[in-house]
Amino acid sequence: MKCQQCERPATFHITELEGGKHSELHLCEEHARQYLTQGEAEQGPASELAGALAQQMAVSQAAEGLKKLDSRACPVCGITFFDFRNQGRLGCPNDYVFFEKELEPLIANIHGETVHKGKHPKRGAGGTQQRTELIRMRRDMKEAIGQEDYERAKELRDEIKRVEEQQS
Amino acid sequence: MTVELNDLTHTIGEWLRASGPQADIVMSTRIRLARNLADFPFVTKASEQDRADIERLLREKLLHIKATSDEFMYVNVGDLDKIDRQFLVERQLISREHAEAKGARGVVIDPREQVSLMINEEDHLRIQCMHSGLDVRGAWEQINRIDDLISEQVTYAFHPRLGYLTACPTNVGTGARVSVLLHLPALVITKQIEKVFRSLQKISLAVRGLYGEGSQAMGDFYQISNQQTLGRSELELIEQVGDVVPALIHYEREARDFLIKESQQMLHDQVSRAYGILRTAQTISSEETMLLLSKVRMGVNLGLIDDLSLLKLNELFIRTQPAHLQKLTGSELTTADRNIERARFLRRYLNNEGNGGLN
Repeated sequence: MKCQQCERPATFHITELEGGKHSELHLCEEHARQYLTQGEAEQGPASELAGALAQQMAVSQAAEGLKKLDSRACPVCGITFFDFRNQGRLGCPNDYVFFEKELEPLIANIHGETVHKGKHPKRGAGGTQQRTELIRMRRDMKEAIGQEDYERAKELRDEIKRVEEQQS
Repeated sequence: MTVELNDLTHTIGEWLRASGPQADIVMSTRIRLARNLADFPFVTKASEQDRADIERLLREKLLHIKATSDEFMYVNVGDLDKIDRQFLVERQLISREHAEAKGARGVVIDPREQVSLMINEEDHLRIQCMHSGLDVRGAWEQINRIDDLISEQVTYAFHPRLGYLTACPTNVGTGARVSVLLHLPALVITKQIEKVFRSLQKISLAVRGLYGEGSQAMGDFYQISNQQTLGRSELELIEQVGDVVPALIHYEREARDFLIKESQQMLHDQVSRAYGILRTAQTISSEETMLLLSKVRMGVNLGLIDDLSLLKLNELFIRTQPAHLQKLTGSELTTADRNIERARFLRRYLNNEGNGGLN
C-alpha cells in the first residue's frame, strides 16, 4: 500500500476515532510523524510513541489476541496493557520485565536499538526482585486498609519497614 | 521559600546571560536526565501517599548534595499559586506538565539557575542543567556529576540491558535529552528553515519552537534535541546534537551575510521599525513582542543597532513574559492589562528611562 501523501510505501496505519466515527490513514514514516506531531510540539516523544504503537498494533494482533493481551495486568503495580496503550505511560519498573515481549518491538521501533550503551548508576540496582516487592507490598497495604483489614495492613507495614531497613 | 522565589524576579538566570560560546545565535544548551526510584511505582501509578513519600525522600537527599558552591533551594510547587508556577515555567526551571500536575511535587534549584531537579514530574526525578551558549560538554560534565552524587544516595530503577527505566519507553536507556536553543531569524527570512528541519529529521533530531504553540516557533527560536535515548552512550548523544549545531550556525551566518549584501536597506528598515514599535507601543501582546525582539536581536548582532546589548535583550525576552510582568507589578492582570503593562515596561526600558523602574 502506498502512502496517502506521497509515493513511498505506507508503513504506518493510523485509526482516528472522532465523535464515534473512525477513519483510517495510511502513511509513510515521514508523513506519519508530521501528522502525529501536528499541534503538539510539547508532545514530541509521546507522539512518536503513538506512531510506533499504531504501527505495532497494525502489524496485526488479531482482535482476539489483542483483547487477551490488553487484559494482562502487571502483578506489581496492577497496570494493564490496555492502560499503557491508552496513556502511553508504564506503571512501575517491573512492567519492563512483565511486558517484555510486547515492549521489545516497540522500543526497537522508537530507538532503533534495544541495548543500553550508557552509564550505570553508582549504587547497583541489584535485588530488583526485592525492590519491586516493596512496590507490591505498599499496594497490598493500601488495599488492606481500604478493606479495613488492619491486621494485614499492620503486618505489611512491619514487613515493608524490615525490607527498607535492610536496603538502606 | 517564596521570599527566595521572589528574589529571582530581579535576576536573569544563567541560560540568558549571553556569555557562552556563540551566544549571538545559540541562546542556551540544556541537558536533562529522567530517573526513577527502584522501589516505588512510576508517578502515573503512584498513590497520593507514594507521591508524598517520594517527594519527602528525594527532597531530603537532594538538598544535602554538594554539587555547586551555592546552596540548593527547594520550592514546593504544589503550594504555589498559578502565577508563580507559570513564572518557573517561563524561566525553564520546571516544565509546563510539572506546573499543571497534581499532588506532592517540587523543584530543587541552585540560585544561579543552572541546575533544576524536578520531583514527581512524569518521572520521579528530572535532573536538568542549563548553560548559556553552545556548551554541551560543560552541561554534560555538570549533570553527570550531579547524577553520580544522587545515585550514591538513592537506588535508581535500572535494568542491566535496558538501562535507566522511565515511565515512558521513549526515554528508556540513558534517559537523556540534549537540547540546544537557537535563534535563526535569517534562515526564516530566506525561507531555508524548512529545508533545515527536513535534514534534521532525517538524522532523528527533533525540532520545536520556544514557548510556541504547536510546531510554530515564536520569534524565530528553535530547539533541537535528540529523540533516541537507547543504544547510544550519553557522550554519543551529546556529540550527535553538538556536532550538528556548528553547521546550523554556519548556515545562519551565511544567510545573514547574504541579507546584508543583497538587501541591507530592507533589513535595516525592518529592524528599525521593530525597534520603533517596541519603544513606542501603548499596548502589545507577548507574541508580537517576541517577534519584534527577535528582529531587534538580529539587528544588534548585525551591527544595525548599537545602543543595546544581547544581555539586555535577553533580559527583555524573559521579563516581558506574562508571569514575569505580573510578578513585577505584584498583581494578577488580565490579558488586556498585561499588554498595556508590557508596552509601558518596554518603553521605559528602551528609552533609557531608568531600568524599567525595576531595581
